[in-house]
Amino acid sequence: MIKTFPGGVQPACLKNETIDKLIKNAPVPREVIIPLLQHTGAPCEPMVSAGSRVRTGQVIARSDKFISSPIHASISGTVKKIDRYPHPVIGSFNAVFIEGDGADTKETSIKKTDNVNLLSEDEIRDIVRECGIVGLGGAAFPTHVKLALPEGKAIDSFILNGSECEPYLTCDHRLMLENPAGIIEGMAMMLRLTGASRAYIAIESNKIGAAFALEKILRDKRYNTLNAKIVILKTKYPQGAERSLIKSILNREVPPRGLPLDVGCVVSNVGTAFAVYEAVFNGKPLYERVVTVTGSCVAEPSNLRVRIGTPVKDLVDALGGLKKDVYKIIFGGPMMGLAQLSLDTPVIKGTSGILFLSKEDVAEYAETNCIRCGRCVDVCPLNMVPADIMRFVKKEQYERAIEYNVEDCIECGCCSYECPSKIPLFQWIKLGKTEVLNLRSAK
Amino acid sequence: MNKDLTVSSSPHMLNKLTVPGVMWGVAISLVPVVISSVIFFNILAIRLMLTCVLSCVISEAAIQKLRGKKIAIKDGSAVVTGLLLAMVLPPALPVWTAVIGSIVAIGLGKQLFGGLGYNIFNPALLGRAFLMAAFPTLLTKWTSPFTLDAVTQATPLGLMKFSQIKTPYMDLFLGNTAGSLGETAALAILIGGGYLFIKRYAGWRIPLSFIVTASILGGALHAVNPSVFPNAAFHLLSGGLLLGAIFMATDPVTSPVTKKGRWIFGIGCGILVIVIRSWSGLPEGVMYSILLMNGITPLVNRYTKPRRFGAKR
Repeated sequence: MIKTFPGGVQPACLKNETIDKLIKNAPVPREVIIPLLQHTGAPCEPMVSAGSRVRTGQVIARSDKFISSPIHASISGTVKKIDRYPHPVIGSFNAVFIEGDGADTKETSIKKTDNVNLLSEDEIRDIVRECGIVGLGGAAFPTHVKLALPEGKAIDSFILNGSECEPYLTCDHRLMLENPAGIIEGMAMMLRLTGASRAYIAIESNKIGAAFALEKILRDKRYNTLNAKIVILKTKYPQGAERSLIKSILNREVPPRGLPLDVGCVVSNVGTAFAVYEAVFNGKPLYERVVTVTGSCVAEPSNLRVRIGTPVKDLVDALGGLKKDVYKIIFGGPMMGLAQLSLDTPVIKGTSGILFLSKEDVAEYAETNCIRCGRCVDVCPLNMVPADIMRFVKKEQYERAIEYNVEDCIECGCCSYECPSKIPLFQWIKLGKTEVLNLRSAK
Repeated sequence: MNKDLTVSSSPHMLNKLTVPGVMWGVAISLVPVVISSVIFFNILAIRLMLTCVLSCVISEAAIQKLRGKKIAIKDGSAVVTGLLLAMVLPPALPVWTAVIGSIVAIGLGKQLFGGLGYNIFNPALLGRAFLMAAFPTLLTKWTSPFTLDAVTQATPLGLMKFSQIKTPYMDLFLGNTAGSLGETAALAILIGGGYLFIKRYAGWRIPLSFIVTASILGGALHAVNPSVFPNAAFHLLSGGLLLGAIFMATDPVTSPVTKKGRWIFGIGCGILVIVIRSWSGLPEGVMYSILLMNGITPLVNRYTKPRRFGAKR
């Protein structure tokens, strides 16, 4: 049976351009610019300085804080400088500039393993941390933290998220088709570390091929003990958002400000599971990731394995340039992604897609009066009343906005998407969230 | 080329449906009703619809100009108000009365509150309520179908209430009865309503709860005393119940935004309509039931805030 959650929207999929194309390696860039913050948590301190020689996969920055993740060189070469540089999420941040030597010499300090059973849970967790694995679905939460359950917490279910509900993006889909065995191995380790007794692999109904690929691997006797089940979900946005996913599969609701842990589960993206596999089995740190590079302006839309720190313009060149004038460049999907100011912006660990959209792709409308139709209420997966919150925020009535749970917003953008009056509801709610946060920290 | 990039908040793609899209969609859903009204009331129907639509659009433009606002008649909302107003007026209503009704609907019902989106009451129904108060005789002078004169003829509800005469169901279903221009033909209303819901121009919760509540309550009264109270089918097919439930009560601006609120709104309308039809001096109560529920909509919204996601049930 196809499962889903109440609310959500059904935008056009727009995945056809890249859905059937094998993942290709992007050319190794001549220069990379690697930001010192690529994850949720504490920024890293550089371990290298101008003139340092680095190898691909060598740690170049780390933090001693628990919620953080080390950062690795993605090419071999020489550190030119450490300086502020455009950052796709936070505008700009300090970054390590590495000039490549063209050799792409790999760092080999992390040993490979053939038999993961010989490793203890702590050893696996250490490898995951050392390899800089973070959630690759977008939020980039450090994976070793997620896999270390707090004292007294236990979970029963692990959800592997292969729903990829954002339009345009196919990187997870391709990964499931091309590397199902690695994904399942990675998931097996994550199950072991979290102690979950069941696993659900969540896939949207438009990716049946991926479901079959994973099912085939799961049939192997070795995986019987995983107690894993593939769940087909309705193709609907934001199906892949943690709260929607857990609601769909387990019919549990993560409490406000809570975590999936609070309802006995952990959710992880398929790309993350594969990165865990590569780290433990191949000793490979997270210095590259699969990125869907698409949009009507790209001559050759593709899924590319891209080195972290590659500036966008290098990818444009690698894909045969641009066909027409770009109006917006978006990191991520069209629903939650961030529009970029510059072609110099580098790919980071959380970059799942880069969209080159023309003016026609990004239909813009004049805003009109709210007609109180309630469509925003119907689509909000968090049961909020976006139209009312918008009114409160406009009038700076933040107390009322709090009463209406403005802080619960998961920023999916369904309200703005659906609004016939084309009111940027999400933008108002986001502003409300920020103001409320300021109010609370001022107290 | 960097300077040409546009930076704005997500989402970067939007649903194509706009407010004018919704309004013109509603106008298209009214086409079956327009056609049936022309079949039954011929030139009277055309005259009334043209009068109401034109006066509504002109009033809207004139008031927007006076208020120094952008003239937004292209959004289709005044056209819909005009069409709906025509549908709830007697076919042979004099042109000047229809013009006054239209001016009141747009001026008092909508623009006085601040224009589209701000009004509390359904503008078309407010226009009709005004005419009903000001010109009660004209508003209760009904025409038989296929006759061009204002031959005084009672509506099926009137015949039932005051003379216990039952109009055949087939006439009620097809619309071959006296009544307001667009309320008589159940079939045409249902066809238009189907299109309205399939295209999602209006929600289904209000009409469903409205119709079901009226049927249950009407049916229960009929079971208690069949000689005084008509049965549920008669309630549904006669008067403006279907037109009101499908096209009036679903007006987005004047109905609740929350799902629970919409159920309450529909149930409230259903109860009020049967109460008015059964125990008031009037044969019909759809207009007042909807207007009353319009009035408490802000309150309904406030008390039907959806349960917070993840909060204890």
